[in-house]
Amino acid sequence: MDFLNAIILLLNYIFVPALAYGSQLALGAIFVTLIYGILRFANFATGDMMSFGTMFTILFTWYFQSVGIGLGVLPTALLAIPFAVIFMIGYMLLIDKFVFKYYRVNKSPPVQLAMVSIGVMFVTQAVVRIIIGPSDRRFFDGEKFLIRAGEFKDMTGLNEGLAIKSTQVITILITVILVSTLFWFLNKTKTGKSMRAYSDNEDLALLSGIDPKKIVMITWIIAGILATIGGALYGLDKSFKPFTYFNNMLPIFAAAIVGGIGNPFGAFLGGYVIAFSEILLTYAYKKFFMYVLPESMEPDGLVQLLSTDYKFAVSFSILVIVLLYRPSGIFKGKVL
Amino acid sequence: MRKNLNVIAAYSIMMGLIVLVGIFQSWNIALSIFNLCLISAVMTMGANIQWGYAGLINFGIMGYTALGGLAAVLISVNPVQEAWSAGGLNILFSLFLIIGMVLAVRYVLKKYEKSKTRTYIIAAIIILGIIIIRFVSEPGIEAIEEVDPAKTGFLGGFGLPIIFSWIVGALFAGGLAFVIGKVALGLRADYLAIATLLISEIVIAIIKHEDWLTRGVKNVIGLKRPAPYEVNLQQTDWFINLVEKFNSSKLNLISDFAERQAALNQFVIEGSSIFVKLCYSGLFLVVVIILLILTQKALYSPWGRMMRAIRDNEEAANAMGKNVVKQHLLIFVLGSAIVGIAGAMLVTQDGLFTPGSYRPMRYTFLIWVMVIVGGSGNNFGAILGGFVVWFLWIESAPIGLYLVNLTTAGLDDAHFLKVHLIESVPYFRFLMMGAGLLLIMRYRPKGILPEKIEIK
Repeated sequence: MDFLNAIILLLNYIFVPALAYGSQLALGAIFVTLIYGILRFANFATGDMMSFGTMFTILFTWYFQSVGIGLGVLPTALLAIPFAVIFMIGYMLLIDKFVFKYYRVNKSPPVQLAMVSIGVMFVTQAVVRIIIGPSDRRFFDGEKFLIRAGEFKDMTGLNEGLAIKSTQVITILITVILVSTLFWFLNKTKTGKSMRAYSDNEDLALLSGIDPKKIVMITWIIAGILATIGGALYGLDKSFKPFTYFNNMLPIFAAAIVGGIGNPFGAFLGGYVIAFSEILLTYAYKKFFMYVLPESMEPDGLVQLLSTDYKFAVSFSILVIVLLYRPSGIFKGKVL
Repeated sequence: MRKNLNVIAAYSIMMGLIVLVGIFQSWNIALSIFNLCLISAVMTMGANIQWGYAGLINFGIMGYTALGGLAAVLISVNPVQEAWSAGGLNILFSLFLIIGMVLAVRYVLKKYEKSKTRTYIIAAIIILGIIIIRFVSEPGIEAIEEVDPAKTGFLGGFGLPIIFSWIVGALFAGGLAFVIGKVALGLRADYLAIATLLISEIVIAIIKHEDWLTRGVKNVIGLKRPAPYEVNLQQTDWFINLVEKFNSSKLNLISDFAERQAALNQFVIEGSSIFVKLCYSGLFLVVVIILLILTQKALYSPWGRMMRAIRDNEEAANAMGKNVVKQHLLIFVLGSAIVGIAGAMLVTQDGLFTPGSYRPMRYTFLIWVMVIVGGSGNNFGAILGGFVVWFLWIESAPIGLYLVNLTTAGLDDAHFLKVHLIESVPYFRFLMMGAGLLLIMRYRPKGILPEKIEIK
């Protein structure tokens, strides 16, 4: 019984939250990695682009709520996401046309493109804050929990409760659907294959008649979808605040690089690597050991490897270690 | 003279703008803008050395700035005796353990060939070391943080004049840059950017949460000053006389003695804060000029020539027998040290150390905008960039307000759009920075004052 309790404890506090957080990071990391693989620059506007997409989601959610359209137990935001995605894609293509295209055509070095993306970051951040303001916003509605801790305890008769938020389930489900569609697209369709070819060797791809304009456009469209959904899921699960989104750029970068930048599957796993290590290393295991160990051996302290303040630092340290020992990432990068 | 015309023109316009702020807003605002412009100029010079001279991207400016600030605290605050007696021994012992750990790792690195076992041994040393250090330091840290937590709760510093911290800040930042450079400089440009950005976040996390050293988010306030205090100035005779002399024409207009005295008091209060700011301006100006002379000398020296050669073609420079790795490390350390000076200057001016205020937007990306806008590779350009961008950063709110009022003039004052726009005026600065950066990158990629190298 104690053993079961311990497992439920870990599930409740580590596994489920890390899985949801990891999915959100994974979507962002695939976004970064696609841009890096095909457009060949590190996009420092990642976090702000995600907040831009989320902002549209929130605006549409408010509109639907005011009209009285809803999804019952599901959050209204799910209905708003497709509309937000359309706006986001428009924004992405607009930015590409007026900002990034010039440097791409001139074959500027990646560093210059990264600098330009910083300009885009400033502008996007300003637009988001001017339109929706810098404050913390929750736009979740519908049924909050799938299983409540209390219900779970009654059901199983265990001491530990397992609470599963509906947003966590939605996040994981949508991520799985989205990512598997994306991999199917990249590996099975002609356009996807030509994208991979373009990422692998640009000149060779051009020689074989691949249209670079089309590739770039599709990349931005996929990026827009990923950024909006990733951002909206994070906002649903936690809350929307432009500053947090900007900061999320850092673990997302870490996930993309740990997985091998330019490699979408690596980025997907990288998101979970980062999320799990952040939570595993900063969780206080005292209660877990109380269940597992006999009473005489119970620990005095919290048995916490690192204080929760260092949550971000954990992912960055992993990144630094990976960069030092395997600069191409755990899964070899730059193959797409 | 002729060829420097654009430099002179650009600087005169900049100074003119600051003077205009002084005339139309207040001299206090103008001087505080000027002081921060000078600090920004020091930071941009540091970043410019790395990016403009050597082509190294350093997105970790925030970390070095914070380390400089930490130096200011550690140098100037008086030591907290009780905290030292409570946990000083543990901390010192942990410090020795850290040094021992580093030496052990170095020994292993030197003694054994590169192999898997060596990596495992090093990992084992580090993990074991961290566990032992935690056991040793934990009670000490707890004891220190319990010493009067509302006021101290940290070890304090050395109680020296704060001006020394400018040098120590440079040493701290340079030391960190040495370590980072050793491990990260081999990375490609954009990886280096990301790595330094993340490392600077780690530095901030440590400064924020190691309360025994920095008081963390509880902030350190009331640091010593290199300049006199306003309150003391207001009571000194020579200062009152000075203010009287300055404002004699205005004071003479007032005939009533009591009124005159009140007016004089007002002038003295205003004058004292201007005087203090002027003191800071003088100090900062000295630093900027010294650094400018040194960096200009370096730029035109054989060493500067070599750096440009390495920047423009690494392989060729390597083939000519230049040690690229060593030079990159050197310039990384030098540039970061300069940023460290700026960090210490910043805390000196503010008189307080607030780890929570270090954010990458303000301390990393804004500095990069300054470097790019001003003109990378050109020291005058970098300084000008610091001035222009900081000036816009501060003045964008009034400018934004003016623009909003202008464009929405036809709307009712209570119209929701107008109210919303006026509320969001502070964020126009981000818009201006971004748009400015994008425009400069597109139409003047070398900055306002482009790099110009003449062989003398």
